[in-house]
Amino acid sequence: MERIPILKMGPFLLVTIQIDLYDRLALTLENDLINMVSQTGARGVLIDISTVSIVDSFMGRILGNIASMSRIMDAETVVVGMQPAVAITLVELGLTLQGVYTALNVEKGMELLNNKLGDNLELDDEEEEDQDDRND
Amino acid sequence: MNTTAQVLEKNKERILEKWMQNQLSDASLRDDLMTNDELQRQSKEMLDGLLRAVAKGNYNNIYDTEFEQVTDTLRDISITRARQGFSPRETGAYVLSLKQSVIEVLVEQRKDDTSMLYQEIMQLNNLLDNLSILTFETFIKGREEVILRQTDEISEISTPVIRVWDGILALPIIGTLDSARTQVVMENLLQEIVNTGSNIAILDISGVPAVDSLVAQHLIKTVSATRLMGAECIISGIRAEIAQTIVHLGIDLSNIKTKASLASALHLAFSMTNLEVRRTERHKGPKLMR
Repeated sequence: MERIPILKMGPFLLVTIQIDLYDRLALTLENDLINMVSQTGARGVLIDISTVSIVDSFMGRILGNIASMSRIMDAETVVVGMQPAVAITLVELGLTLQGVYTALNVEKGMELLNNKLGDNLELDDEEEEDQDDRND
Repeated sequence: MNTTAQVLEKNKERILEKWMQNQLSDASLRDDLMTNDELQRQSKEMLDGLLRAVAKGNYNNIYDTEFEQVTDTLRDISITRARQGFSPRETGAYVLSLKQSVIEVLVEQRKDDTSMLYQEIMQLNNLLDNLSILTFETFIKGREEVILRQTDEISEISTPVIRVWDGILALPIIGTLDSARTQVVMENLLQEIVNTGSNIAILDISGVPAVDSLVAQHLIKTVSATRLMGAECIISGIRAEIAQTIVHLGIDLSNIKTKASLASALHLAFSMTNLEVRRTERHKGPKLMR
């Protein structure tokens, strides 16, 4: 059976979807990706859908699911390179992918993830400091 | 050839003369749009065709072959008049004044035979009414063509996507937003985002006369689609009355960035992309540049 490769790049996981996603493949991807996040302790997931030209509500839901699951496991999801037609279709279907970060291309997506990761690390530090303050 | 047709044929010149008189005496005649000679020529052509059809004894179906010439001429006249900007009354008066003159002539000729006159008037009345309906249909069709063409032109010219800065696009929307236009606006904007690789799109609605829940829905859709592409969308140009309507309608724009003017939206866009605009101090210090 076909599988979509998941690449590990530092603290991030990189997925490029280069074939049309059918339901079973999407479910396998969701499963594989979450397992990968859990195994590697990745802090960010970047999904490139620049070559996907057809999208349906199921695929939109899977993307949303991946983001929600990753968030619970402390990893942010960025979907990059969505084509105009796909964006319009998703909006018409009422799937605005709340909670998923988006970027124009892989480069900008990586930049966004780096920023988010930086912010989170700082936040973590601050929280610890706050706790220290409270303990004093 | 029946007797009615004979009578009409014999008095053709008189009918034409009366008809022309009727048309010329009409206060609403637009001799600025059409010369009298042309009117005379058109009317003669039309009357010839009509008499030929009446000679065949057809009073009912104007879609038969013998009426082809009449209906063609009439359609031609109506369409031309619609394009030239004649009013419906002026166009309709053309056929209706023919009816009047034909009936006048018939009344003169049939003083002694009222039952015949009655029958003839009924038939011609019916026929000319059908012709005037045809005139109106064609006239309205002509006007609708004009309107359709204008609508197409408006929707084509009114959705330019402007690159105001590196990575910042602006889209001034002028006129009402309906579903079809939103689609065009959205497609243009998203395509331009891909082409230029822009991060921020400013949607300026100062040219939108009114915002109802449908328009707001369209705006929200556009913003969502932009966000899915990976760009931020700012809505600017929200006037006081539009803000009032939005709140009164209970539309939630809280998760969309809105600004009152394009300038402040641009300002926000600059700060989002970590850009800063500063005034240069020209008069201080030595001029090193030259």
